[in-house]
Amino acid sequence: MQDKHVLSVFVVNHPGVLSRVSGLFSRRGFNINSLSVGETEDPEFSRITIVVEGDNYALEQITRQLAKLFDVKRVTQFKPDASVCRELLLIKVKSAPEHRSLIIEAANIFRAKTVDLGADSIIIELTGESSKIDAFIDLMRPYGILEIARTGLTALERGSKSIKNHNIDG
Amino acid sequence: MQKTGAQIVIECLLEQKVDTIFGFPGGSILNIYDALYHNRDKIRHIITAHEQGAAHAADGYARATGRTGVVIATSGPGATNLVTGIATAYMDSSPIVAITCNVTLALLGRDSFQEVDIAGITMPITKHNYIVKDVNAIAGVIREAFAIARSGRPGPVLVDITKDITAAVADYTPAKQFPEFPMPHVSEKAVAKALEMLGESKRPLIYAGGGIVSSGASEELICFASKLHSPVACSLLGLGGFPADDPLFTGMIGMHGTVASARAANECDLLIAIGTRFSDRVAGNRKKFAQKAKILHIDIDAAEIDKNVLSHHHIIGDAKQILSALIRGMPEYRHDEWLAQIDEWKQKHPLPSGKGGAGEVHPSYVLEQLYRLTGGDAIITTDVGQHQMWTAQYWKFQKPRTFITSGGLGTMGFGLGASIGAKVGCPDKKVVCISGDGSFHMNMGELTTAVMHDIPVVDIIMDNRVLGMVRQWQRLFYNKRFSCTTLDRKTDYVKLAEAFGATGFRIAKKSDVVPVLEKALACSGPVVVDCVISPDENVLPMIPPGASIDEIIHEICE
Ligand SMILES: Cc1ncc(C[n+]2csc(CCOP(=O)(O)OP(=O)(O)O)c2C)c(N)n1
Ligand SMILES: [Mg+2]
Repeated sequence: MQDKHVLSVFVVNHPGVLSRVSGLFSRRGFNINSLSVGETEDPEFSRITIVVEGDNYALEQITRQLAKLFDVKRVTQFKPDASVCRELLLIKVKSAPEHRSLIIEAANIFRAKTVDLGADSIIIELTGESSKIDAFIDLMRPYGILEIARTGLTALERGSKSIKNHNIDG
Repeated sequence: MQKTGAQIVIECLLEQKVDTIFGFPGGSILNIYDALYHNRDKIRHIITAHEQGAAHAADGYARATGRTGVVIATSGPGATNLVTGIATAYMDSSPIVAITCNVTLALLGRDSFQEVDIAGITMPITKHNYIVKDVNAIAGVIREAFAIARSGRPGPVLVDITKDITAAVADYTPAKQFPEFPMPHVSEKAVAKALEMLGESKRPLIYAGGGIVSSGASEELICFASKLHSPVACSLLGLGGFPADDPLFTGMIGMHGTVASARAANECDLLIAIGTRFSDRVAGNRKKFAQKAKILHIDIDAAEIDKNVLSHHHIIGDAKQILSALIRGMPEYRHDEWLAQIDEWKQKHPLPSGKGGAGEVHPSYVLEQLYRLTGGDAIITTDVGQHQMWTAQYWKFQKPRTFITSGGLGTMGFGLGASIGAKVGCPDKKVVCISGDGSFHMNMGELTTAVMHDIPVVDIIMDNRVLGMVRQWQRLFYNKRFSCTTLDRKTDYVKLAEAFGATGFRIAKKSDVVPVLEKALACSGPVVVDCVISPDENVLPMIPPGASIDEIIHEICE
């Protein structure tokens, strides 16, 4: 079963840590669906959120291999119903005068923001779960998509616990 | 205390009680060599012919002594020459610290002369590595590097320091405390469940690997096996972890292991894998390996659990601790019927003793005589190929750390450098390298290292004039199309040894074996023995790659 899994990897902010983490995936033949990284509440640490595609074997192996890296402090497998997952989309769409209001209306329904309006194009910003982003992109396709930038998924677990105080899952 | 970065490096090595390092100098690492000059009474530096040899020597030193080996090299080609040695140590979980110096910070990232991103290059073959760009960080990094190299599942760590940092000055305070990474806690629940599994088994088999050796768990393994009344098979790296003359020993397991070990793995109802990783050279066909058995996997590296073969139960932690806990918790078992069956397999399928004509030298005969003459009390290193497998098969390893071979990476040219490191680490031991002629040519320059530093190692070349192991595969799987494996080099090894300042002997016929070995062992300096054998010998038995015991080859018809 090729499922998608979300791994939250808590790492020390050392140079090269991102290539250690991403290199491990390619080396061991595991696929990264998306990867996003940024500082945490403690500037000494970063959180790398990785969406992995693979079966349970791949998930367990990559979790344990990641945990072995010296710069990796915690690896947590996020469960879909116990975590909040979001992605940010910027999409530039052709906006012929007769389409402009239709596009803006669709964006409003999706609670997306219009962030740039040009003579014949429009940039829309949308955050949400990846499925929502996919749906919105599909909706824009007939108007003519000029460019897309997606951040990849980022996620937090629900509830009061934090990644710093629980151990490597799996 | 104000010290330069280079002096701090030396101080930190002394803190770790390092008294020997292997290496090769160059422009970027000059400051460290200068600091070494001032400390030459405290640290012995062994310059090799090639940095690869230095890395293998540090590895051999580590495997023979259990202490962390140290190798140093300059930037660029010096650093890249270490790569094979570091990868070899990584694959076999051997603790070494490699220190390289890079170009100055101002030149870094500009493709400067002899600049190479050695940290980037060695990322997949080190437990961890560092680029140090701040003199104040040196001491902490080196202390941490040693702690990482020896902790848990040991392995290599590389520290790359920019040249300007080795000249910069910082305050050095001798360490009061060193970083330490404690062993994983052994779960009592996991031990209890394992004890239950032991009780349920009628046909157990212990499959022991290099983890037994690195954990120092041989005594515990002997006690555990006897209490469980279980046969024991060793992986290539496990050899020596369990005494070969113990009646419970079934021999090596794997591609060229004994039939008894292969049958035992196939028929056992409980496979207890300890400090081993089910490599494809053992579990050729992962699906069929030990298919009738429950698998209990004991390892210090959690990532090894279920990586190659799915286990039914596992215990994570140090083999010595876990075996002690199991021994404490278990009664004495008897499995007489099962052991009788094992003995029958052993009797029925002894290792072949060669088909060669009268007077021809079979490697097994050389190894048997060498064993007799040394009383088995020697450290044996090898290169890679048929000679390596013959050594693993025929030498009766009794003690841990007496067999030093490149298992995981299979590095030709490993043996001589490793034997130099082993001899330096264990000067009172006889150290013999069993080489292949192909492998010997790869790093034979290290003979000068042995001569120069007066390191009396014995290098016996199993001279079949071919890349025997590859040729064996061509014979089996490529219909004898011997593409590029028949070397027939004109090298005169006796003259070569003499040219390098060593002693050379030749074994040309069977009656030469004993007298030549006697002379070689009596030499006070480095010796090369050219042992001429047939190019057509095979290593048998053989389970072809990816296959199971059903496809075992006992004999190859010419
Ligand atoms: C560095 C390296 N290159 C290539 C190989 C592939 N290889 C494995 S065994 C072998 C033949 C080794 O020949 P030799 O050292 O003469 O040993 P023999 O098998 O003849 O005993 C080769 C080429 C290797 N293991 N290592
Ligand atoms: Mg050969």
